[in-house]
Amino acid sequence: MHTGTLLGVIAGGALVSYAARAGGHVLLARFRPLPPRIEQAFDAVPAAVLTTLVAPALVSKGPAEAIALVLAFVVALRAPVPVMLLVGWIAVVGLRAAFG
Amino acid sequence: MTTSSARAFLEGAARTPPVLLSLGPFAVLFGALAVDHGLNTVETVVMSAGMYGGAAQMVALQLLGTHVAPWVIVLSILAVNLRHLLYSATCGRHLSHFGFWRQALAFFFLVDPQFAETERRAEQGRKVTFAWYFGVAAPIYGCWLAGSLAGALFGRLIEHPEALGLDFLLPLYFLGLVMAFRARPRWLPVVVTSGAATILAFHFIGSPWHISIGALAGVAVAAMLPPNVEATGELATAEGNGER
Repeated sequence: MHTGTLLGVIAGGALVSYAARAGGHVLLARFRPLPPRIEQAFDAVPAAVLTTLVAPALVSKGPAEAIALVLAFVVALRAPVPVMLLVGWIAVVGLRAAFG
Repeated sequence: MTTSSARAFLEGAARTPPVLLSLGPFAVLFGALAVDHGLNTVETVVMSAGMYGGAAQMVALQLLGTHVAPWVIVLSILAVNLRHLLYSATCGRHLSHFGFWRQALAFFFLVDPQFAETERRAEQGRKVTFAWYFGVAAPIYGCWLAGSLAGALFGRLIEHPEALGLDFLLPLYFLGLVMAFRARPRWLPVVVTSGAATILAFHFIGSPWHISIGALAGVAVAAMLPPNVEATGELATAEGNGER
């Protein structure tokens, strides 16, 4: 791979990443305060976005991962995050070994 | 640094061990894959330092190995990171008291765990100070760079990362973040909608568009549901909502 191309991609990637992270606030700042419905929509952003980072693993990887995720979900309803991580991790290692 | 901001920094840093535990292995994995894809050690670390986004960097690696035009790769990186537009719009209100340059710097570090921790802090009615924010950001950024470096240098020593389950720590960690917000109003319908929409989009449209599509579906549902009592995030309605 050409070094110049790589550096260009890294620089471009860094630039668009920063633009996304700063841009939302910049675009929105002039419209504050926001109507309640819109505030309500933004309150949902953490759950809405973070879910999209987990959900595909439920269906795209295999039974071991799907079972481990469901188990971790149940544990997370009651236990703190480190416990959930540990249980989910042990489950996936065990299930992967079991399913070969 | 004054005593109180030192305390705030440490308080922020104390939030990060679960992040580091799941992000560290992912950073190592990225470093190892980057070297596998022909990057040298310096290029690998520069990419992590500049782009600072695991999913986007993975996508860039995959595309760099193909004959895809560079500007298409950059567009794909933007597509993966479009969710950060929503982060910025959502959490900018908690950072707007920072002052221009500090705010500009803070936005660079607004990645998934940083966003989640900041929203949680604000939800608890506690002030998001610059020192606290960087108490969260510094360990995560440091871990991301150190992990990438370690992966680039020693990644080839890990022969079967799948058997160790390291690749699974990140989705697990994100699950933990989703759960951390379950006291918010409309959490369940939002999660179900986002989850269903993102899985459908993942199958029928493909990655990385499933992220933006799933997120927008969840946010749209939240906007359409009837507003309930003034509790937009105060912890008042907390614990217990989970088992409804």
